[in-house]
Amino acid sequence: MFEYLFDAIRDGILAPVVAMVAPAGYESYTLYTLETLVKILAILIPLLLSVLYLTYAERRIIGLIQCRIGPNRVGFFGRRVWGLGQPIADAVKLLFKEIIIPTGANKRLFIIAPLLSVAPSLAAWAVVPFDDTLVLADINAGLLYILALTSLAVYGVIIAGWASNSKYAFLGAMRSAAQIVAYEIAMGFALVCVLIAAGSLNLGEIISSQSGSILHWFWLPLLPIFLVYFISGVAETNRAPFDVAEGESEIVAGFHVEYGGMAFSIFFMAEYANMILISVLTAVLFCGGWLSPFQGLPLIGAIPYISEPSILWLLIKTSVFLFLFLWFRATFPRYRYDQIMRLGWKVFLPITIVWIVVIAGMVVARVPPWFS
Amino acid sequence: MQKIKDYFQSLLLWELLKGLRLTGRYLFKRKITVQYPEEKTPQSYRFRGLHALRRYPNGEERCIACKLCEAVCPAVAITIESEERDDGTRRTTRYDIDLTKCIFCGFCEESCPVDSIVETRIYEYHGEKRGDLLMTKQKLLEVGDMAEDQIAEDRAREAMYR
Amino acid sequence: MVALYQVMAIYHFGRRGVCLYGGGYVEQERKTKNWKLKMLEQVVFYIFGAVLVTSAGMVVTVRNPVHAALFLVLAFFCSAAIWLLLQAEFLAIVLVLVYVGAVMVLFLFVVMMLNINLAPLREGFAGFLPVGLFVAALMLTAMGLIVSSDHVLPGLPPAAAQPPIDAANTELLGKTLFTEYLYPFEIAGAILLVAIIAAISLTMRKPAAQRTPKPEKQVVVKRDTRVRLVNMESASPPEKGDSGGLSQRSQGGKQGDNSD
Repeated sequence: MFEYLFDAIRDGILAPVVAMVAPAGYESYTLYTLETLVKILAILIPLLLSVLYLTYAERRIIGLIQCRIGPNRVGFFGRRVWGLGQPIADAVKLLFKEIIIPTGANKRLFIIAPLLSVAPSLAAWAVVPFDDTLVLADINAGLLYILALTSLAVYGVIIAGWASNSKYAFLGAMRSAAQIVAYEIAMGFALVCVLIAAGSLNLGEIISSQSGSILHWFWLPLLPIFLVYFISGVAETNRAPFDVAEGESEIVAGFHVEYGGMAFSIFFMAEYANMILISVLTAVLFCGGWLSPFQGLPLIGAIPYISEPSILWLLIKTSVFLFLFLWFRATFPRYRYDQIMRLGWKVFLPITIVWIVVIAGMVVARVPPWFS
Repeated sequence: MQKIKDYFQSLLLWELLKGLRLTGRYLFKRKITVQYPEEKTPQSYRFRGLHALRRYPNGEERCIACKLCEAVCPAVAITIESEERDDGTRRTTRYDIDLTKCIFCGFCEESCPVDSIVETRIYEYHGEKRGDLLMTKQKLLEVGDMAEDQIAEDRAREAMYR
Repeated sequence: MVALYQVMAIYHFGRRGVCLYGGGYVEQERKTKNWKLKMLEQVVFYIFGAVLVTSAGMVVTVRNPVHAALFLVLAFFCSAAIWLLLQAEFLAIVLVLVYVGAVMVLFLFVVMMLNINLAPLREGFAGFLPVGLFVAALMLTAMGLIVSSDHVLPGLPPAAAQPPIDAANTELLGKTLFTEYLYPFEIAGAILLVAIIAAISLTMRKPAAQRTPKPEKQVVVKRDTRVRLVNMESASPPEKGDSGGLSQRSQGGKQGDNSD
């Protein structure tokens, strides 16, 4: 479906424009560039919209869990549509606020920091496969690319904390840097388990090696790794209960305490884009991505649409993990800092290392139904 | 044995799951939010809201400028100036309450020997420019005239406790 | 000196990029005749190369240590980009992952925490110039030798035999590492392990009297290990002649203590 759409856009809109504008001899490159740009937009716009509405979902769901209603006033054209206009109103408000650069702040780095934090979390989407063919860059080392880019997110935080010339911001940055580096390692080892199980670094191949019903996915043989990966993901995105980097009751707002307006909202966007990214990755790596959970099952596997792989399954799985993020935030109190460090280094790391050996043994022994 | 059991419980995140179950149940509980402008919570007869100066039924203002309220006010929000009126009685020429200072403790109301300064049950008011929240004698009397029925009713209901 | 070495190393990588590229260039052009795309690639290469060399220069010359560290990050990035141009995607990504994602974060961490004042350190900067120039000359000669030799790099197949673009070079790298270079690889691993253990044992010096919280003990605490619930009668029965008031009961307690 989407391929036809892209083809139509390329042939119908881009090609004529390129024919008119591009210098002679460069048509195909210009067309390719434009096509890629369109694809990037096709990923980014839905992504940013879902970031927008993830904030709304968060406020609504946490509200419900706390026996409140949450935002329900702002709607469209004078109608309240369960408060669906709220994120747009927030965005407009933030857009028009002044960005204040504190005295003594390092101006250039202060401005660069939010960009550095949002760029990797958006760039990582390049290799995320949404469907059999629907992926922007089908590179071989996709898993490594993702790992590399998620490890870059810490720069925005560190630079923001340092450039703000504020004690609170600096404390937040230091906490977050140590935390992200610690959980990065557990996450890396978890990914090693996945790539041993799948035998490939390419995300599409990882999914196709899980093909089958819900029992064939990697979450079952990699159950501890699945948990470690998701919890490390929560820690990596600085979400509750690992949000010591922001810890509003301890260090006000942590690294972005001096930021306001659009600069702040870019940090915000990066955090939520990272949440979505981690959820998508968990779905892709452990829960079969776009595969249907009923594929090949006796009765229900015969129903046409339910048993077929489609992008909808990926979206459903992602939403489940996103809901977990919000549920965690509504449930758990913040970890103490040394306990976070202990969990990362002394619990997760040994579990992952042990499981690398276990999974390697399972792969070598061709344990059915995953590795037969 | 207990230690082993505890170890596996923590490894299986048992207590975290228990916590999640609790919050998960609350997700479906009845919500208790009051939708404010449409719905309002019940209000006490003793609610301490916007101030008012009362009059006697014949239209004479009650305040005799004894300045007890000014003296008792813990936030120093009341300013009173007084003069002798033509008929020989002592009356206020100025009676200001700075609502931005007021802490709505109700001491002025309690100290008043003639039930002149009272706090009404009005709480939906706002100021749009500087000075809007400085209640002058004029404004206070207007509030009193407007809400006299309610004030009198509440006073009558509370009379037995005074 | 370390920074200077970094510059040289990065410059070295950059140069290797040029020569590798130059080696494969003619062959590929003949094959594909896609010279316009090649030109674009070359433009991209020179952009990255220029940024790389500039930022590497900034690492040694810039005054603020944090800025220097950030320029080093930029330099790593550009060299990773150049490796990507050479289709060494695994190496490029690992460079970003290891150096940018982990090593430089810790570097920045330390530099920010220590708040180093570089001014006194810089006083003898010019004094190191002869040594620096010597090392630079040495490395330039080495690189010149490598570039001018027929083999671009020993062990690499000639450009014509290079794998096609979509072959997984991660897999090839792995195979080479675990067959041809198994010994060096394992030795490097052992050395790294020794280094890790040494680093830990050097830094783990605990004063005997140091009392730190032990989270692993704290998290296993249950209510039952700290609190004991005891069943007690809610109030003692009033004694004879007592009116049963609170004050009298406490007095009664005192009397009881005395009698003991």
